[in-house]
Amino acid sequence: MSPQAATSAERLQRLLALVPYVVSRKAVGLAETAAAFGLSERELVDDLNLLWCVELRNPDPYCPIDLSYEGGEIVVSQAETIGRPLRLAVDEASALLVALRMLADVPGLQDRSALSRLIAKLETAAGEAAAPSAQVAVQVDKPDGDHAIAQIRAALERKRRVHLQYYVPGRDEATQRDVDPMRLLVVEGRTYLEGWCRRADGVRLFRLDRVLGIDVLDVPASVPGDAQPVDIDQGLFRPSADDVHVTIEVSAAGRWVAEYYPCESVEELADGWIRIGLRTPDTRWVRRLALRLGEDGRITAPEDLRARVRDDAAAALAAYASA
Amino acid sequence: MSRRKTERLLSLVVCLLSTRRYLTAEQIRRAVAGYPEQPEAFKRMFERDKEELRELGIPLETGSLSPMDGEDIGYRVQQQVYELPELRLEADEAAVLGLAARVWRHAELAGAAAGALLKLRAAGIDTDHPDAGADVRQGIEPRVHTTEPAFGPLWQAVRDRRPVTFAYRAAGRSEPQTRELEPWGVVNRHGRWYVAGRDRGRDAVRVFRLTRIEGDVRFSGPARSVTVPAGTDVREVVRTWDSVPPRENTAVLRVRAGAGYGLRRYATGPGDADSSPPGWDTICVPYSDVGWFADHVASFGADVIVTGPPDLRDAVIRKLKGVLA
Repeated sequence: MSPQAATSAERLQRLLALVPYVVSRKAVGLAETAAAFGLSERELVDDLNLLWCVELRNPDPYCPIDLSYEGGEIVVSQAETIGRPLRLAVDEASALLVALRMLADVPGLQDRSALSRLIAKLETAAGEAAAPSAQVAVQVDKPDGDHAIAQIRAALERKRRVHLQYYVPGRDEATQRDVDPMRLLVVEGRTYLEGWCRRADGVRLFRLDRVLGIDVLDVPASVPGDAQPVDIDQGLFRPSADDVHVTIEVSAAGRWVAEYYPCESVEELADGWIRIGLRTPDTRWVRRLALRLGEDGRITAPEDLRARVRDDAAAALAAYASA
Repeated sequence: MSRRKTERLLSLVVCLLSTRRYLTAEQIRRAVAGYPEQPEAFKRMFERDKEELRELGIPLETGSLSPMDGEDIGYRVQQQVYELPELRLEADEAAVLGLAARVWRHAELAGAAAGALLKLRAAGIDTDHPDAGADVRQGIEPRVHTTEPAFGPLWQAVRDRRPVTFAYRAAGRSEPQTRELEPWGVVNRHGRWYVAGRDRGRDAVRVFRLTRIEGDVRFSGPARSVTVPAGTDVREVVRTWDSVPPRENTAVLRVRAGAGYGLRRYATGPGDADSSPPGWDTICVPYSDVGWFADHVASFGADVIVTGPPDLRDAVIRKLKGVLA
């Protein structure tokens, strides 16, 4: 919300928060306040001057707000009626309450008591504005038992390496790997361990519902200093330059593919068919997908992948013929 | 952005808050700097300003100046309705608050979460407390995304209790159909957003997946015209709709050694070990829907062969022949 881009309404909203922000802290530094509001000090001073200039003219002219920021410290000596923040709007109360209730659903969470106390306090403070939040919910998937998550929490707390037996569905493999845990991510209702995988020599995400077994090792975790955490706001799965471009056409019965996998392009064809373009570093899962789709899907590129899928199907049918 | 307009709106808020009695538009015009003299121009500007205050959630009240005189309309904002009630948080509560505000980052309610946090900071709460709880310390990062364009309008419709219409392509259908819905709530399940409510065309409870909504969601009625039946739990409505029927069938599968982990995980027990050729295991796996399970088994190709029941075996063979068709 930079002042250049902000509308008058947005700036008004900020000013109505700025006064109580200072009032509730008695006195507060310019730099600290500017940082809290995401402003430069110059922009903040401009806001303070605007507040100071407010004047009501009738019945008698008077200035409702009095403040100073001498020596870099803001003091509001008179705030009149806007000394307290405006109550939470429905959207604001909902954003927090829905998020908090989702957090309370995360298995193995330790601050559960803080969460339930906070939810109760916010519901009370928001009053009527809290009601619609009950109509939005984010469910968190619970992997079988709390065992894996408890082990990961213990490893994070004690900074220990873990050994994972991990299922990779795309390759239908149960892999063994040592991982140095970094973070526990809860994205789109699914729980992931983010860690430095010593087998792949890189940062990897492991979905907890695919962990077949986990042991906390008596070895200190050692995440390389230059390990880059995944930017989860950019999406968990990002294509890279080395990926294979795959084009697959699916019937109306196979449209779910576009919802389940990250696609680069989706194009409508005749009779409810769509053409999906995607990129992947490993085409094994695409071969398995094509077998699952049967006549409801066809790979159109690359040609060798199409040929391999036909080979896969022929090999399976041959096995049925002899079994 | 106009500085003069911001000043005028701020003065207007202070003016309306400082009065117990309703103030007429004319009294407000005289008290607040920046309004034009010309009556029509003032009226237009004042109307717009009132609308802006309401959009910010400022509880602007309208009332008649005296019970005897219904003609003269006045305005005020009551202090106790305007103010965020007193709220004190412990350090661990404030810490999870910061965590919660990050959930919506870059999603539809990100602005609302940031606005809420700003107000709570303005109430004297420090969200970046150094004494954070274990979950914050250990780097728990929760996120919800709202990439479906329908999320925004559907949330507004749920919030304002308005009916909506949209084009919906049900699973397996080649053409979308227009649906009219009284939305009761939106739920994220397995990372996907759903809207549940009463489908007016079918006069029944229905659940829709937001990714299958095509084009715009339009409001088809006024606010507060939808009634959510008492005791409705939208999470439960979506869960029931999405739940897997009981797995009453059992497949006998021959699985190549070192493969088929996606099926072995759900095996209820080994089959007849003696009948397995060398390099193969026989397992039993429960399933509910033969069509869905046949697709799943087919995806393992030559690594998993169905021994029985026959209808499952035939469905897999049909599927594989479809690949070659």
